[in-house]
Amino acid sequence: MTEFFQSLGMSYEWAWGLATLAGILLIALPLMLAVAMIIYVDRKVWAAINLRRGPNVVGPFGLLQSFADGLKVFLQETIIPSAANKGIFILAPIVTFTVALAAWAVIPFDAGMVLADINVGLLYILAISSLSVYGVIMAGWASNSKYPFFSAMRASAQMISYEVSIGFILVCVVLYAGTFNLSEIVMAQEGHGFGIVNGYVFNLLLFPMWVMFFISCLAETQRVPFDLTEAESELVAGYQTEYSSMSFALFWLGEYANILLMCMLNAILFFGGWLPPLNIDLIPWFDIPGIVWLLLKTFFFFFMFSWVMATVPRYRYDQLMRLGWKVFLPISLLFVVLISGYLMATGHYG
Amino acid sequence: MIQTFAFYLFAVLMIASAVMVITARNPVHSVLWLILAFFNAAGLMVLVGAEFIAMLLVIVYVGAVAVLFLFVVMMLDIDVAAMRAGFMKNFPLGIAIALILLAELVLGIGAYQAGAIDLGTAAASDAPAMVESNTAAIGALLYSKYIFLFEIAGIILLVAMIGAIVLTHRPSKSKRGQQDIGKQVRRNPDEATVMKQPEVGKGVEL
Repeated sequence: MTEFFQSLGMSYEWAWGLATLAGILLIALPLMLAVAMIIYVDRKVWAAINLRRGPNVVGPFGLLQSFADGLKVFLQETIIPSAANKGIFILAPIVTFTVALAAWAVIPFDAGMVLADINVGLLYILAISSLSVYGVIMAGWASNSKYPFFSAMRASAQMISYEVSIGFILVCVVLYAGTFNLSEIVMAQEGHGFGIVNGYVFNLLLFPMWVMFFISCLAETQRVPFDLTEAESELVAGYQTEYSSMSFALFWLGEYANILLMCMLNAILFFGGWLPPLNIDLIPWFDIPGIVWLLLKTFFFFFMFSWVMATVPRYRYDQLMRLGWKVFLPISLLFVVLISGYLMATGHYG
Repeated sequence: MIQTFAFYLFAVLMIASAVMVITARNPVHSVLWLILAFFNAAGLMVLVGAEFIAMLLVIVYVGAVAVLFLFVVMMLDIDVAAMRAGFMKNFPLGIAIALILLAELVLGIGAYQAGAIDLGTAAASDAPAMVESNTAAIGALLYSKYIFLFEIAGIILLVAMIGAIVLTHRPSKSKRGQQDIGKQVRRNPDEATVMKQPEVGKGVEL
């Protein structure tokens, strides 16, 4: 896009700045729209599994429900508790929301369609996702109330635990791809399964990694069955208890943007990103633009997230910690050794 | 131009937040300022082209170390006034430590300008030629020339980890609270529930 602005007669720096700004808007605005629609999908899937109708009043099929909710929340009064630590109380939802958006900078939507094609893309995602815990901790502490504080403590322990195993799982993918660049990771998956199927998930060594990655994603985004930070039976609404109005909405948006990001990472790291599922040109697979494939895969994973939410009961906190440290961590560590050994033995790096 | 602007932005923010770390009245605010300082340090690393180090700085320091820091500081009920009371008493010691650090810095820079220190070990493990990406370059150097130092660092960390676990682990004496997850998962309705149809007016005997 920089070239386009340069062709309008701008200097390189101005063109670059404008192109980046345009790219940010091109990602952030559709993302917000997607978040609104995905909340609707979430509620619909949940309702369908519970044999309910779900939102069906606002707009055709209830499609505008999220916008109505947004408007309602926007018009509410912002209440700041008198005993709260004001600055941090206001900062916390902003941090959550900003961090949730920042990670999208390195996501490749199609070949070459990426805002920042940096060669440490995966590490960047890991770094940003480790930041998202701060919004929760700050909210919990600044609220100066016991349930949000409990929730903040739970959140930080939970996210640190699962980040370790996610890190090792990502190491396995990086060992195969040989790069941290997300676009190159997608390209490395082309024809990975016997030259026919695109995607690391069809590799026998990486399939268990994908299963663990999916479960860790649920824990990392604090979805059911790992939503102990906002377990309503124990902690009212967790760290969001004292929040109202737009500050509450920012948490909500940030949370769903993170969920979408995790779904997209599932698609990019294990299911071949923007590549079509099969690497054979029998049917016009290749005529469908890559971004459609990526969005379809992402939607599929989001459906799985909702599916899990509607069917699985919540974990107990000690079970959650046990799963993270005693099951996922040793298994992922074992697979790092296994996969690197296998790659060395088969001469993967030539 | 953008680089210069970014450098001054990061540098000024970093120094300002570092000052705020020691002047903030609330210890939690101090830790949050510290996190901002780490973040700006990562930004400076990106500017000098060390993006791998920058990301590691954020992941390790901001993502893990500072979270635990914040955790501990939040849990402690720190009385700032009581802490300031001992200021004059500890002042000479603080100045001494600051002077030692300054001397070390000067020495370090002096030694650096005198020529690079050769920490290499085996003769055959010369550093390979520079590879294109930062990550690959660090890997190539770390796993060839500095392999022994790297492994020693790993062993030290392992020992420290085991030491921490040994020091803090207390095996619980009572059987209460110990659960066999496998046993819980294996339980099925047949052995956990009993179906009874008591007659009217009669109780159930289990």
